[in-house]
Order: sequence, then C-alpha cells, then structure tokens
Amino acid sequence: MPVEIQISQPPTRVQTVIDNAFRAVCQGFAWLAVAIAIFIVLKIVIAALPAIHQYGFGFLTGRVWDPHKRVYSILPEIWGTLYSSVFALILGTAFGLAAAVFLAEGFVADAVFGLLKSVKLQFHPVWGKLPAQVDNLFRNLIELLAAIPSVVYGLWGLFVVIPLIRPACDWLHTELGWFPLFSTNLSGPGMLPAVIVLSIMILPTITAISRGALVAVPSRLRMAAYGLGATRWETILAVTAPSASRGIFGGVVLAFGRALGETMALAMLLGNANVISISLFSPANTLAALLANAFPEAGPKDVGVLMYAATALLAITLVVNAAGAFILKSTSVDPEGELEGRKA
Amino acid sequence: MTQEEVKPTTAIQPHPDAEELNPFRGVDFSKLERSLRRPRTLLSVLFSGIITVMTLLAMIPLFSVVGLLLWRGGRKLSIAAFTQLPPAPLDLNGGFGNAILGTLVIVGMATLISVPIGIFSAIFLAQSKSDNRLASSVRFAAKVLTGFPSILAGVFAYGLVVTATGGYSAIAGAVALSILMLPTILLTAEDAIRMVPSKMKEAAIGMGATDAQTVWMVLLPTAVPGILTGVMLAIARGAGETAPLLFTSLFSNYWLIWHGHVKLMQPTASLAVLIYNFAGMPYANQEEMAWAAALVLVLMVLAANLIGQILSRKQVDSNKQG
Repeated sequence: MPVEIQISQPPTRVQTVIDNAFRAVCQGFAWLAVAIAIFIVLKIVIAALPAIHQYGFGFLTGRVWDPHKRVYSILPEIWGTLYSSVFALILGTAFGLAAAVFLAEGFVADAVFGLLKSVKLQFHPVWGKLPAQVDNLFRNLIELLAAIPSVVYGLWGLFVVIPLIRPACDWLHTELGWFPLFSTNLSGPGMLPAVIVLSIMILPTITAISRGALVAVPSRLRMAAYGLGATRWETILAVTAPSASRGIFGGVVLAFGRALGETMALAMLLGNANVISISLFSPANTLAALLANAFPEAGPKDVGVLMYAATALLAITLVVNAAGAFILKSTSVDPEGELEGRKA
Repeated sequence: MTQEEVKPTTAIQPHPDAEELNPFRGVDFSKLERSLRRPRTLLSVLFSGIITVMTLLAMIPLFSVVGLLLWRGGRKLSIAAFTQLPPAPLDLNGGFGNAILGTLVIVGMATLISVPIGIFSAIFLAQSKSDNRLASSVRFAAKVLTGFPSILAGVFAYGLVVTATGGYSAIAGAVALSILMLPTILLTAEDAIRMVPSKMKEAAIGMGATDAQTVWMVLLPTAVPGILTGVMLAIARGAGETAPLLFTSLFSNYWLIWHGHVKLMQPTASLAVLIYNFAGMPYANQEEMAWAAALVLVLMVLAANLIGQILSRKQVDSNKQG
C-alpha cells in the first residue's frame, strides 16, 4: 500500500479567518484613505460656512482686509495668487520645456559622445559609458531642484535674488516707468523675485512630466521623420512635440496647481501687501501667504474668515489639479497600454 | 577548397539604359551634405544652442543654493548648533538642537500615521481588479491629495486637532504632515507591489496559499525596497514642509523632552519654521543661524532622498533576478 504523503492541505479554519480579517482590514484602510480626502475638504468648507453666510460673495470681490474694523475681503490675494502663478508658469514652462527637450533628445549624451569620438574613445569599455552617465547626472540635477524645501528657496530669494535683481529693476523703473509692468519701484520684496523663485520651484515638475511624455513617443515616428530628411528640430517641432503635447500640457497644468498652492517662498518674498497692481516690482499677497501670515495670530473669530479664504484656495487648486489629472489620464493610455502589452 | 568552388563573379555589364534606371540621376550629392549655410540646418543648430543655454541657466539656481548653503551655513555649523537652544535677540551664541529633535519627532509621528494607511490601502489597490470602484476612488483621492496645497493640510489640522485639543502641539503638526505624506507612500507602494513578478504570486496561489499568506510571505517581502523608497521620499517631503507647521506645531524655544517628559501637546520647534522665523529677523546671528539650519535641513532631506533612490535601485535589481 503506497504511503500517501500529504504536503498540501486546504486552509485551516484559523487561516481562513485570518485571511478574511486581513482582507477586511485592507478594505477598511482603503475606505479610510478615501474618507480622509473627503473629510479634509468637508472640514475646511464647514468651518468656513458661518463666514460664508456672514460675508457672502462680497468677500471675494472687495479689496479691504482690516481685522480692527472687522472688514475682510480677498480680491487682492486672489489677484496675487493668479498673477504670480501665471507669470511663474510662463517662465517655468519656457525653461522647463527646454530642459525636457534637452534631456529627452539626448543632447548631452550626443555632445559627450562627439567629444569622445574626437579622441577615439567612444567605444572604450569605461569611457564609452560616459554619455549615459552624464545624461543621468543632468536628469538628477534637475530633479534635485525639487528636493530643496521651499523655505530654503525663500531664504535664497531673500538674500540672493532680491539684491541681485534690484539694480536692474530700479534701472527699468527709471528708464521705462511708463510701461505698466515697471510702474513701481522694487523696494525689497515684490512680485518679480517671487515669480523667479516660484518658476524655479515648478520647473522640475514640468521637466519631469514633459520628458516622460517626449520619451514615450515611439521612436519609429522619430526615425520616420529623420528618414524623410527632416532636421533634428523639424522632427522635434513637427513630430515629437505634437505627439507628446497632451502629456506636456497635463504637466503644465499640474505645475500651475503647484504654483497656486505654494506658500513659503511667496510669504517670504512677496511683501505681504494688500494691493492690486500690474507692476512686476510692486509688493503683493497670495491666498496661501495670507493664511500663513494671518493664521498664527488669528483669534477665534478671524479663523472663520481665514477658513473662507482657505475654501477659495481649495476650490481654485482642486479645479486646476482635477483638470491636470484628467488630461494626463487620457494621454497616459497609449504609452501605458504599450507597456502592459510588453509585460504580458 | 570551398573558396575555389565559388565561381568568380563576373563583372557586371552596364545595362544599356543604365543612365535611365539610375535612381540618383540628376541628384547633386553636394547639396545633401550638412551645411550651416542652409537656413534649415542653421535654425536647427541655433535651437540646439538656445535650449542648451536655457537648461544650463535652469541649473544655476541649484548650484547657487547649494554653494551658498555650504558657504554661509557651513561657517556657523558647530557642535553647539546641535546641542544648544535658539538664541535670544542680540545673543551671539546658541543653536537649534531642539528644532532638529522637533523635526525628527514630528516627521516620525507623521510617518507612523501615514505608513499603515498607505501600505494597507496599497495592498488593497494592488490586489483589486481594474474595474473595482473603491480602488479607483482611492486612486483618485490619492491623486487629489498629491496636488493638495500644503498650507491647506495645515488649515485642516488646525481645525481638527488644534481647536479640539485647545492648543498648538507636535501632534497637530504630525497630522498635517501625514496628509501630505500619505499619497506618496500609497501610490509608490501600490507600484512596488504590482511590480512583483506575477510568477511568484501565481506560485504562491498554486501552492494553496490564502490571499493573506500570499501578501505577507511573498508580495510584501519582495516589494519592501520599493515600499521603503516611497516612505523615504515621503519623509523627505515631510521634513522640508514649513507651511503646514506654522500654525499647528508653531515654534518653541525649549526642548521637546525635558526631565524625561515628552511634551507632545506643547508647541514644538522645527527646523523649517526656525528658518522662516529667523530669516525675517534683523539680527546677524539669527540670519547666520537660519543658513546653518537650512544646510542641516537640506542635508537631512537629501539623505532621505538618497536612501530612497538606492532602495529603488535594489527593487529593480531584484526584479531582474526574478
């Protein structure tokens, strides 16, 4: 009679119970994650409700913020938030896209390769790896920009950027003062230094997402364009960039959302002034900076008003971020689908 | 021998209509050479130059920030900076030991809050089918939280913890930071678990393992480097955040741990808030102190990032082996 060695067995009762409990725990935490997100939004909006009732729509359109007279309105802050973000977005997109193309199209690697070729080392076992390594180094350097905390950027802006650009700004104001953008003097903190620092802070986001989108363009398209005789830049402008355009756009929108919510650099560099000015050198304020400056000193009655301001910021950023996520989601279908196929 | 068998190739006789059939007839090959005189080529070279310059310009801030941190922050850095309390105005000594401790404690508590939620939700996401409604809403919630302004996390923690407990505290700061850390941990952990080769998962199921056993004995051990990468990146982000701490943990000039008591319900110092406060003060000593604190903070953040990157390489390697 053959001896039956049983090495497998159905799960015991205890194991089944543990399994079910584990699934329930995982599902519970998943619910918790969703609940947290909803709870955060509700908590802020509900805390703002009394102030919304009291001040109504005029809160968003008035220009005065005076805690002593109990008059509150945030139009200058809304203006400052949008103005600084849009300007930073223009600067950040220009430089961020340039860096993305530079990294995605392998300009550094080509240059290093050419350099090695001139000394006949391009296939050397050690030196031959240099192009890829330098390429990697550049990418890491750009990503490092994102790792620096925003308060350190604020410190840098305060002690480096402002003294550096002040003479140029003063010259622009005296020579071209009639031009609306230069109509005031830069007396320390102001819009331009804040915009410069803000654009540096959002640049890594734009570069990383755009580079990803550019790299995901199938190389067949690029090869076909080269085969037809297109120059490198004709290929980039007519083939690669349009194919990656939705991914790039999604990245830009996400960067815009980040710029809208950025706090510390703006609180330190904008000058915290409740004015609406088109001038680049005028001090200003943003919603996030207002919250950062006013919250620590807020009495219980001011908190409701600040919650109203927080709700306004929440609404703006949620709309922008949802738009960015939606655009990225509809673009990522193609490259991801290809990856999935390859995995299977 | 074999070579002799091959017949010598006869010279190709020119076809009578060779000139007619030549596809390159009438092509001026000198025109096909790359020449900078042609506007198309010139434009291409010009664009390449412009974006090279722009990329290098974009990197100047990085070198400027790092250089200044080393130069101005390095001068003030001494043992005293790590062991002493923040100086009073016009005081020429002092340090920020309590702020370093505060940052570590607040970030540590935030990690303890966000890691269980993040990892268990990630297991749920990785195990769920693609059409699961809860899974897609968790992912949506995580994406929304990724772009969530950090100051609003502070507003939320203020409304939830500070008003409820009646005062600023390290715990309120930790709650605010945990909200910002959660999406990074969750989304990275899901990716890490999904990247475990399906062969391993199928082998475990084939041997009769329950779901819980598969997750605990196969998926999680394999995905640990990837999960830790996410945790380290989240810690790096949390440690650098200032805005959510401004009105949750506030600041303090005293030690968090005093005579063996850990005062979690008291206002607590943190490096980021110290930098913000001291940068705005008109005293030279405080300004120098802000730079030194910034150097310490950046080194801490970079160390966390570096550990995360090394771990993520480990995950890739283990997958290659699998």
